[in-house]
Amino acid sequence: MKRLIGVVILLGAAAVGAIAVTARGVPPLPSVEQVSARIADLEHGRYVATLGDCASCHTAPGGPAFAGGRALATPIGTVYSTNITPDRDTGIGGYDFAEFLRLMRHGVAPGGRWIYPAMPFTAYAKMSDDDLFDLFAYLQREVDPVRRLNQPPAIAWPLSWRAPLALWTKSFHHAQPFEDDPAQDAEWNRGAYLVQGPAHCGTCHTPRNWAMAESEEPGQFLSGTAFNGGSPINLRGNQGDGLARWSEQDVVDLLRTGRNAHSAVSGDMVEVVAASTQYFSDDDLRAIARYVKSLSPADEAGRGQFAASQASLDRIMQGKEQSSGGRIFMDSCAACHRLGGGGAALAFPGLAGNASVLSKDPSSLIAVILAGTSLPSTAKAPSPLAMPGFAWRYDDEEVAALATYLRSSWGNQASAVTASQVAKVRRHRQ
Amino acid sequence: MPIRNKPVDAVIVGFGWTGAIMAIELAEAGLEVLALERGDDAHTVPDWAYPKVVDEIAQSARNGLLQNLAKTTVTLRHSKDEVAVPYRQMGSFKPGQGVGGAGIHWSGVHSRVMPEELRLKSHVTERYGRKFIPAEMQLQDWGIDYDELEPHFDRFEQVCGTSGKAGNIKGVKHEGGNPFEAPRSNEYPLPPLTDPPTSRLFAKACVDLGYKPYPLPASNASRPYTNPYGCQLGPCNFCGFCSDYGCINYSKASPQTTILPALYRKPNFTLRTNAHVLRVNRDASGKQATGVTYIDAEGREVEQPAGIVVLAAFHLHNVRLMLSSKIGTPYDPVSGEGTVGRNFCYQLINSVNLFFDPDVMVNQFMGAGGVGQAIEEFNADNFDHGPLGFIGGGVIWGRQTGNGPVRGIPVPAGTPLWGSGWKKAVKENYLHSGRIESQLSNMAYRGCYLDLDPTYKDAYGEPLLRMTLNWQENDLLMSEYVGAKLMEIGHAMGAKSISGRLLKRGSSWDSRAYQSTHINGGTAMGSDPKTSVVNKYLQSWDVPNLFILGANVFAHGIGYNPTGLVGGLAYWAAANLRSRYLRNPGPMVPA
Repeated sequence: MKRLIGVVILLGAAAVGAIAVTARGVPPLPSVEQVSARIADLEHGRYVATLGDCASCHTAPGGPAFAGGRALATPIGTVYSTNITPDRDTGIGGYDFAEFLRLMRHGVAPGGRWIYPAMPFTAYAKMSDDDLFDLFAYLQREVDPVRRLNQPPAIAWPLSWRAPLALWTKSFHHAQPFEDDPAQDAEWNRGAYLVQGPAHCGTCHTPRNWAMAESEEPGQFLSGTAFNGGSPINLRGNQGDGLARWSEQDVVDLLRTGRNAHSAVSGDMVEVVAASTQYFSDDDLRAIARYVKSLSPADEAGRGQFAASQASLDRIMQGKEQSSGGRIFMDSCAACHRLGGGGAALAFPGLAGNASVLSKDPSSLIAVILAGTSLPSTAKAPSPLAMPGFAWRYDDEEVAALATYLRSSWGNQASAVTASQVAKVRRHRQ
Repeated sequence: MPIRNKPVDAVIVGFGWTGAIMAIELAEAGLEVLALERGDDAHTVPDWAYPKVVDEIAQSARNGLLQNLAKTTVTLRHSKDEVAVPYRQMGSFKPGQGVGGAGIHWSGVHSRVMPEELRLKSHVTERYGRKFIPAEMQLQDWGIDYDELEPHFDRFEQVCGTSGKAGNIKGVKHEGGNPFEAPRSNEYPLPPLTDPPTSRLFAKACVDLGYKPYPLPASNASRPYTNPYGCQLGPCNFCGFCSDYGCINYSKASPQTTILPALYRKPNFTLRTNAHVLRVNRDASGKQATGVTYIDAEGREVEQPAGIVVLAAFHLHNVRLMLSSKIGTPYDPVSGEGTVGRNFCYQLINSVNLFFDPDVMVNQFMGAGGVGQAIEEFNADNFDHGPLGFIGGGVIWGRQTGNGPVRGIPVPAGTPLWGSGWKKAVKENYLHSGRIESQLSNMAYRGCYLDLDPTYKDAYGEPLLRMTLNWQENDLLMSEYVGAKLMEIGHAMGAKSISGRLLKRGSSWDSRAYQSTHINGGTAMGSDPKTSVVNKYLQSWDVPNLFILGANVFAHGIGYNPTGLVGGLAYWAAANLRSRYLRNPGPMVPA
């Protein structure tokens, strides 16, 4: 609801400013003479498409690759991804590179149509001209054209009015490519480029402001959020809910295989690993790990903390654990995650000190308890190890008790979970 | 007019352990591979998700994972002069069904074979003389040596993440392992599982009696494990639901946990479920398989052409397919001629429950299918058979596999079957009882065989396979001897009472009581086409592009559980198929 109000306010503000903005018009088509002199590297273009995970959103379930039609839920309604195959009538076959570059960098499609930021052009804007040129060449020349008309967004009037998008974009978007930080070395800068640009990690992991734009407050970038029924974790250097206890290799392992010694992916990240990050080059994964591990801790206020403790295990072994959450844990969770909460390396994620368990917003933890989860089958780690869901077995109170137990055992210290938080996630999944 | 599918390089009939092994090996060699499975697909989640799978009524009482006997079964009789009747309820043996096959509901005991068992006829003749072999016993060598198979046993253990302790690595003896073990190239991939109380009591009693107990090798993972395919196992939690159940924990090695995740990533592999194969088709010469015919999920007849046909179904179905496809000569017990159906064997088992004083805590609620201690002193030819007058032997173990109320809580002999007397006995004994067993080899005999039943047909109109089998004097003598050792150990463990089943002279095969699913033979391997169906590469003597896997290739029974040998033989066959047959298709051994 808050988000809806935010959007309505934005709409009101937009009504005032929109005419002026529109009068000023869309950004002109960029000059592409210099980059167009390049000989396109199609193999690199394919890799850039993988870095950007274009196919995931631009392919409908079971549909032809890049032909669009996948439903993407946004706070104001459902938008459908577009056809980016080179079909001339229904895809991007009629685009020239300048039009493509303007779309990726400014959020304006041919014909001057402002696009919804569900397409993360706010991140793609940071991509280099060369990468975008190769990506464009790949999409135009290597992807099979598919005739498939784009589906209009299912957004009710007046929110369906696009003019405010212009104001939103002008207000919150920086249409500048990434620039190296001269104080850092090449590896770090490559990592920063990938994370901020093509890999668009901030889309899910960075908190958003009142207008649904990624926060630019200091220390907020990648600091964890609540998004699409889950809670993408804090990727900054916090001790509890962040990655302070991860090594760079742990980051590499997670992105390569969906699992590492500490944790495992769940929710939307399963698909990200399966379709995108597992295929990143070793150098690129190392660069990402290097950059992410350099991020300072976010403001600790309200964040989960961790200081390993034997007390919970001792209580269980002495037969003293009588709480509802503890008993559910022993019955349904401990077989894999073990009584000490340590899990089993690479097979079953540990719960003690797990960033997702300690997350400020517990939505991902609740979602995994309710619906279960399955690891991606990757080339390096083919086993799609899965956890069954318990929504059918435990009601909101019980799931809340369990989640609270997990967030307060083995040295985990994070806020209690309420039944209404569980109910909200349960509704989202229905 | 049957539907005709696009040809594939290799079609694999049945998708349990051997089918999965052959499929991934041939897919890695670049072949277009199709597996046909008559049952359903199955995955750890949701099919064996906790808590739904640990349902003793659904799995142990109602056989959730087993073959549907209403569709197809076998008929049984003790001798060729009787009329066989159908096996209508699960009892003595439990064939699996569906993707993973019996590899889902097995216990996990994972042994190899003793070298002399692969050349038992030669070995017995050399040590005890030709006359030592009873007249009706069809003893024969397998045509293969332990040393040839060793790398493939090793491979299968690496794939399964077997937990154990080596007793003999490359000829060097290691304390704590099996002292009779044949040389291994490597230590077990994982250390042994922690011994539960029954196993500790067993081991101590064995030491007191002068035996050398060792940890039974178990494909229940003692630690997290990643196998050579990159597939992962999680550590066993001793929940006690192995045999009859799919593992909730990714701990028990199965095709699903150890092979299929890697195989399913290969674009040149296809799985088709609910495909019931009726027969292997051949060309006009009869010497080349052209594919198979199956009934699909909608009941349509489908012809599947293939360059190579691999029979990888359960023992019974492999033998039946050979008979109904009329490949080779069916065995005739009167003349002794023919090979298909010959040398049908079934492992014997002696199983007794021990009841201890109340101060001995066992708690049978916990356990794992393969966890335990074992002794080898009476297996194979580890002891002098000369004065004893029989051939064969077996392994004696104290396992603790988990026990629940529906599966049956053991109570001392003489306890009422129900009511307050039974309840009192359960209460007094549940935490203080354990089970020890000896599993025994079964030799091949002239009168024990498989053929097609003349009367009964299955749901597809095909004749049922007919089993003709009973225990023979040699094996019962052996069982009595090893059974006495078993009882000796039970008493040394301090049991105040012992009850259970010991097979003695006069015992007949009882198809109603569970014994084990370790039936074998029927398409024996060997070096002589007159007494075997496949050569040492598990290639049909009659149809060189037909390969037959499974325990049906055993020439006779062995003392150990069969899965380790079945898997090792499948890897052996696959390796030779890849390295030799694909380069030069044709008979790999001149007939």
